[in-house]
Amino acid sequence: MKLTHFFASATAVVALTAGAAVAEPAIIYDLGGKFDKSFNEAAYTGAQRWANETGGKYLEIELSSEAQREQALRRFAERGANPIITTGFAMADPVNEVSADYPDTTFVNIDGWIPEIPSNVAMIAFEEHTGSYLVGMMAAMKSESGTVGFIGGMDVPLIRHFGCGYAQGVKAVNPDATIIANMTGTTPTAWNDPVKGGELAKAQIAQGADVVYAAAGGTGVGVLQAAADEGVYSIGVDKNQNHLHPGSVLTSMLKRVDVAVYDSLKAGDALTGGSMQVLGLAEDGVGYAMDENNASLVSDEMKAAVEAAKAKIISGEIEVTAYYTNDSCPVLDF
Amino acid sequence: MDLETLLQVLDSTIRLATPLLLACLAGLFSERAGIFDIGLEGKMLAAAFFSGAVAYTTGTVWLGLLAGIAASLTLSGIHGLASITFRGNQLISGVAINFLASGMTVVIAEDWFRQGGRTPSLVGDARFKPIELPLSGIDIPLIGPIYTDLISGHTILVYLALLLVPASWWLLYRTRFGLRLRAVGENPAAVDTAGINVTGLRFAAVGICGVLCGIAGAYLATALQAGFVKEMSAGRGFIALAALIFAKWRPWHALVACLLFGLLQALSLRPDVVTAMTSFDVPVQLLDALPYILTVVILAGFVGKAIPPRAGGEPYVKEQ
Repeated sequence: MKLTHFFASATAVVALTAGAAVAEPAIIYDLGGKFDKSFNEAAYTGAQRWANETGGKYLEIELSSEAQREQALRRFAERGANPIITTGFAMADPVNEVSADYPDTTFVNIDGWIPEIPSNVAMIAFEEHTGSYLVGMMAAMKSESGTVGFIGGMDVPLIRHFGCGYAQGVKAVNPDATIIANMTGTTPTAWNDPVKGGELAKAQIAQGADVVYAAAGGTGVGVLQAAADEGVYSIGVDKNQNHLHPGSVLTSMLKRVDVAVYDSLKAGDALTGGSMQVLGLAEDGVGYAMDENNASLVSDEMKAAVEAAKAKIISGEIEVTAYYTNDSCPVLDF
Repeated sequence: MDLETLLQVLDSTIRLATPLLLACLAGLFSERAGIFDIGLEGKMLAAAFFSGAVAYTTGTVWLGLLAGIAASLTLSGIHGLASITFRGNQLISGVAINFLASGMTVVIAEDWFRQGGRTPSLVGDARFKPIELPLSGIDIPLIGPIYTDLISGHTILVYLALLLVPASWWLLYRTRFGLRLRAVGENPAAVDTAGINVTGLRFAAVGICGVLCGIAGAYLATALQAGFVKEMSAGRGFIALAALIFAKWRPWHALVACLLFGLLQALSLRPDVVTAMTSFDVPVQLLDALPYILTVVILAGFVGKAIPPRAGGEPYVKEQ
């Protein structure tokens, strides 16, 4: 009896260590939730693709409050998860703090910024301004009134970064164009207020805007709806949102969070930190969406012009100013 | 500012004031009967979700409206049970309802639709459509555009909300039920001595509150927007409470307060208009904060005094 008991616990110990040796990666979704039709869902899509292709498994958690950030990181690290992927700029500081206590674990943060990146933290950022530049060009070419709109979610530098690139794209096509830019609010509720988003869109349309670009999370749903109701064009963000209102959504500014997550998972234990990786047009980290829903809206000329600009941005011939450089935008006041 | 811009801002004001007005009247009935209700926000949110979900599933917006009212009434029932029957703390019960609605709507939405806590977009008959009133487009200077752009072209819920103001006034001040309801909020013991059922009256008030919050929520999800998005009430229940204090618990004043707060919200959407009118840059955030600032000013007693119903917040215990 005692002997079997001994063996049983021995196998249990072996099983535990075996589990720890083959480390599972972990993903921490930010407050928007896994199925936000946008940023976090893109991360989920990338993780699912990796799981389907490799048969691998990953741990995951959806944060439901600010207080859980550090706690979730520590719990996954204690369990031996590696790498631990986090989405959203708000996770950057917790990752920075926690990573020092777990030197053998690699942490990944998408969208965040840390002044001095620890050697076991990999930061991934996107050139949202170049992607927004391209959709800005499309907006200006599609606009008949010469007035286009931009509606941001919460007023944070990241969203101004979107708007600034967009404005530069608009001005590149039509230097006389008017850009109306509004932010939904200054608190996190600004990400989930489609009613206010819709009213903002209507106000911009009343001022003559006939293409409206929404970089506003759940609030964007209201913007796209108002644009469809009023018969003008809109531009989606992060994921391909063309299907939401076919014929009204001109295109979507894609931010390939799914690719970033997929690549990180694929690298697995080989992933190295200590640096910031920036995904731009050249890496297909950002771009614009074309599919059957908007094929009839985008003319061949528009496509050709945008593709030419894309090539020039990649080659460095066109330089799109990032909002972060001076914390201001050369062509747009917020 | 030209007439067209003015009409656009006022049009937006009416759309934004309607959910505030409905929620404010809801709070008015409840608080006049002595039941504080900070759960307006939660009830609106639950109603928004269920109206959106049912309107999407059945394709009929009226069924959605009924479902929204039913959801809101259920939460009202819980609030009534906790604070009237079991004499619990009304504020805590209200907070609990807000939390319950905020969590429950997302969980159920995720389970039903798998779209990240939202309902699919509503199309066609699953939405309330703007109504063009007869004679709209009439060609009279000034009156024509005002009638066509401002008064006509809203959804039926907007007109319903506006009609509810005189209806509420009449019910509260010109009927026996209204007199008793107000009395129960001031001095329930006196009402009880007169042989009238205090519990029944308070439940009736909480019920009316539930119905009105249900309409407010349905308006958000099926008229202003085309579907539910998590936390879409975005603090409107609390602004309605502020409007209620601002209006000192009176129906006509509630209309004025809600229109004022709606106007402030509409102006914050048009920084260009504000800049043109004042000729200097007014921060949008200030306009967003003004409803709360005005409420604090009122509460501090600078502009008259806001005295809540005397028995508000107190559970009624017989033979005390």
